[in-house]
Amino acid sequence: MPKITINGKEIDFEKGMTVLQACELADVEIPRFCYHEKLSIAGNCRMCLVEMEKSAKPIASCAMPAAEGMNIKTNTQMVEKARKGVMEFLLANHPLDCPVCDQGGECDLQDQSLYYGVDKSRFVENKRQVKEKYMGPLIKTQMTRCIHCTRCVRFATEVAGVPEIGAIGRGENMEITTYLEKSMESELSANVIDLCPVGALTSKPYAFEARPWELKKTESIDVMDSVGSNIRVDTYNWEVKRILPRLNNEINEEWISDKTRYSCDGLLKQRLDVPYIKKNNKLYKSSWDEALELISKKFQEINPDEIAGHIGDMVGLENALAFKKLFNFIGSKNLEFREKKFYLNSDEKMNYIFNSSIQGIEESDLILLIGTNPRHEATMLNARIRKTYVRKKVPIYSIGDPGELTYDYQIIGKKTDDILKIIKKENDFSKKLLSSKKPIIIIGESALELKSGEYIFEEIKKFLKQNNFITKDWNALNVLVQNASTVGLADLKIFPNEKSDYTFFDKLNGGKFKFLYLLGSDNLEIKKTNEFVIYQGSHGDRGAEIADLILPSAAYTEQNSLYENLEGRVQECRKASYPIGESKEDWKIFNSIIKKLDQNNKNFKFELLREEVKEKIQNFTEINELPEKTLANIKDIKCEFISEKILIKPLDYYYSNSISRASKTMSECRQINQTVRKTG
Amino acid sequence: MEKNMLKEENKIFKNLYNEYGWRINDSIKRDDWKNTGSIISKGREWIINEIKTSELRGRGGAGFSTGLKWSFAPKEIGSRPHYLVINADESEPGTCKDRDIIRFEPQKLIEGCLIAGYAVNAHVCYIYIRGEYLNEGKRLQEAINQAYEKKFLGKNACGSGWDFDIHIHYGAGAYICGEETALLESMEGNKGQPRLKPPFPALVGLYGCPTIVNNVETIAVVPTILRRGGKWFASMGKPKNTGSKIFCISGNVNAPCNVEEEMGVPLKELIEKHAGGVVGGWDNLQAVIPGGSSMPLLPKKICDTITMDFDSLIENKSGLGTAGIVVINKQQDIVACMARIARFYKHESCGQCTPCREGSGWMWRILDRVAKRKATYSDVNLLEDVTKQIEGHTICAFGEGSAWPVQGLLRHFKEEIDSRCREEPLVKKKINNPYLVDQHLLENKNA
Repeated sequence: MPKITINGKEIDFEKGMTVLQACELADVEIPRFCYHEKLSIAGNCRMCLVEMEKSAKPIASCAMPAAEGMNIKTNTQMVEKARKGVMEFLLANHPLDCPVCDQGGECDLQDQSLYYGVDKSRFVENKRQVKEKYMGPLIKTQMTRCIHCTRCVRFATEVAGVPEIGAIGRGENMEITTYLEKSMESELSANVIDLCPVGALTSKPYAFEARPWELKKTESIDVMDSVGSNIRVDTYNWEVKRILPRLNNEINEEWISDKTRYSCDGLLKQRLDVPYIKKNNKLYKSSWDEALELISKKFQEINPDEIAGHIGDMVGLENALAFKKLFNFIGSKNLEFREKKFYLNSDEKMNYIFNSSIQGIEESDLILLIGTNPRHEATMLNARIRKTYVRKKVPIYSIGDPGELTYDYQIIGKKTDDILKIIKKENDFSKKLLSSKKPIIIIGESALELKSGEYIFEEIKKFLKQNNFITKDWNALNVLVQNASTVGLADLKIFPNEKSDYTFFDKLNGGKFKFLYLLGSDNLEIKKTNEFVIYQGSHGDRGAEIADLILPSAAYTEQNSLYENLEGRVQECRKASYPIGESKEDWKIFNSIIKKLDQNNKNFKFELLREEVKEKIQNFTEINELPEKTLANIKDIKCEFISEKILIKPLDYYYSNSISRASKTMSECRQINQTVRKTG
Repeated sequence: MEKNMLKEENKIFKNLYNEYGWRINDSIKRDDWKNTGSIISKGREWIINEIKTSELRGRGGAGFSTGLKWSFAPKEIGSRPHYLVINADESEPGTCKDRDIIRFEPQKLIEGCLIAGYAVNAHVCYIYIRGEYLNEGKRLQEAINQAYEKKFLGKNACGSGWDFDIHIHYGAGAYICGEETALLESMEGNKGQPRLKPPFPALVGLYGCPTIVNNVETIAVVPTILRRGGKWFASMGKPKNTGSKIFCISGNVNAPCNVEEEMGVPLKELIEKHAGGVVGGWDNLQAVIPGGSSMPLLPKKICDTITMDFDSLIENKSGLGTAGIVVINKQQDIVACMARIARFYKHESCGQCTPCREGSGWMWRILDRVAKRKATYSDVNLLEDVTKQIEGHTICAFGEGSAWPVQGLLRHFKEEIDSRCREEPLVKKKINNPYLVDQHLLENKNA
């Protein structure tokens, strides 16, 4: 390994590192504003200047590639003078309005001026005033504070893929703006708030809500989509004030989607706080005793075969297992978690997860999307595809028209016949596919929903297996599910029978159920006739609307729980706040129901439930780790091929679950998005 | 110190005053395009070596060895094409040499492009001309068309077997686009902001391809050097500062002009003989900016003896730059002049990196106050600090370009500045502490 000397200490560094990174290896901290690990290097803040032997001028350590035998000094007079000088320039036109700035307490400029700033200002001229810019409902701007680091510009062009932020003007008059002053058309837009080292871009919904040091920080997991982004939930008392991303290079890197970040105000609205019972077609506030009485009466009255349960999109694994145990106790097998009929073969874990892994996308050399729009269905995964596209120019193809994505792709067909052609090696694309080394085939729910969903999936799997694309090293078969709970619940086998077919839906549509228990399930299409419906969940949404009995339970920030993301990675969502009002954690509610039904029954213990969940998950390795890799079994296909059009169902991105539907911010985003679409 | 003037026969730009016509047939009479094919047939190595022998230094301002620069281009064309880019974004105040080359000697430039393009393996050459030179650009295009007609350009240019095309690209009037990497950014259609170096354009330049960027004058002298030999060129001027150069003399002189002279010509001779002397006589001279507005000015004392070449000017803490000589006589308010230059730099800073963006405006404002006799003594120290805080801390050389003239003023006209300043309005104890130390810590120590 090459060696570099930093402050007299010789250290090894990896080839391709910059001087700044090498300094970090040597535990020497370099102040910086514009440099960010996940963005390209701009080198324009000049804060990271260090002294290099044989160079008359100080060098920008963030931009200088480290080389063998360099002698870097960071503690000399020259460096100190340079840093203090730059800091003085940065503060010269900065308004220094920290007391009224939302960034206060987590501001890079504030922190670094403590070390490199001078306590008196020599700048007696009038400070520059810059007009505020409109950047949509999420980003509040105060451009006078801007230090022109261009992190936001680089993020928008490189990561988000929408070059809508840029600089206009020259010299002192340079301004960062969205050119036409409209909101950024990206699902990742709010990440620029985290990136901004000063208070120029701050969070609009969180404006003047709290100071960072007042907040309790809980490391948790996001459940808005199936990616399972790592988040930090900041709470003030019991109220969730904001959600921030947590670094996890395997999943979301440093970014989260706007839905993840800003649905949190939905946690305060439309909440179910006490049990409700419907009498004379109207819901009345009730008590737990009364509600439990009614449930046990119904359970005893109705034949177990006519009792059904449906688990929703944001339910944790322990709660789902407790729910299944409750149904076992009653003697009913009618359980389902899919919101619509899509083909899911639960024989093998490989059949419903993203086998190539999110990080694996970066290694791929060809990507084929089948009936999926990753931009809306799994925003962070889409960001990873873009990253790979930008870095390697990986060719991306799609079957079905996904609309506008953040990278270039080629539509190679819109019908199931096109898939058949690939499998039969009849078109050009199959040659490209066969000659690639690490392809990725992503099959979306829209494709699996088709009548020939089973045929498509099993044939593709067989094709990949036969052509050695499913091995221990590389698995090209990927299913992109949409809900946070899907993979885990498939592992827990929440199906009416072993075959995971559509029995539940057939019975539901046939009016065979007299008692329907919805556990946080809002997106299931039900034509209600005479069923008795219980809705247990956190929000008064579509499920609660049709319910005869409502049991209030905790939202995902209010209970500990495991979730499995689309890669099959088990992650822990932690309790950051408390269930509001009289609501309880889901598994505690099941405890009281079982207790009510039979006094002698033992209570579930949460730890035991968690242990059992871990045992039940197929190929489980460890928490936060990918599941074990297996080789594919091929199933005989009974179903026949049907020629159909592949339509990618548009996902109402900002309105996809009960929490985001309750959120004011999400409504605003949705509204703007729709008007932009109309005029644009 | 008397030195002979450059002999007529040794002049490279014979038509600098448009006495003989600029059209291709006229310039062929002046030996342009003579034996170009056979020069090229001597091969790359020979051309680059001959340029190295001539010790030609870049005429754009930095004075980097041209032969050395060409040798940085990869020897073989790899997967990416090579480009030659000619910097005709002549925006330095006080400089107008490239303009006259383009107007009156365009064929020298075009021939130079072909030879230089061949030497650095480029089939395509872009001439980035500043947007204000609209008429000059039209003239140049006409000249290029004439060269195409004569088959000096295009496929098998000049019978050399080398395909070569020249395109003109107009700038939009930004001074910073004369910086080579900002020029490349501008040409690619981006905001004209300098790039970080390394990598240098010779390896990663226009569209990420190896690119050699040269000034108009540098390229225009190449054909003559190769025809008459590198040794001939090296025999003129001083060691390491060889050859002849176009000097642009303007300001308070009786006859402002462009003149081609040997390097190392005394400044006094240049002004007296070619520009008709300083208005009001040599004794009325206050200062001279020797190399375009970005170079520190020189007071009369130094001007008396200085010779005009790269190294002797650097010795006197100035620089030859583009050789745009601006003469300032005693009737001028020297501080106001410098304040105007500082304002120019404030206006032209690209805004990319902090010291230049924030510092250039600050310098102007302080200088403006000094000029208006509203400044205090502490302002002068502050001004010096600000120039030091800009210098050497920026991405490109613009930082130096804006700080040096002010530093030159502070170095040579301190008395003039002090005479315009007054005490702080409030009675204050004068503390001699260096500014960049936290003041309250010092006070604690004293207590």
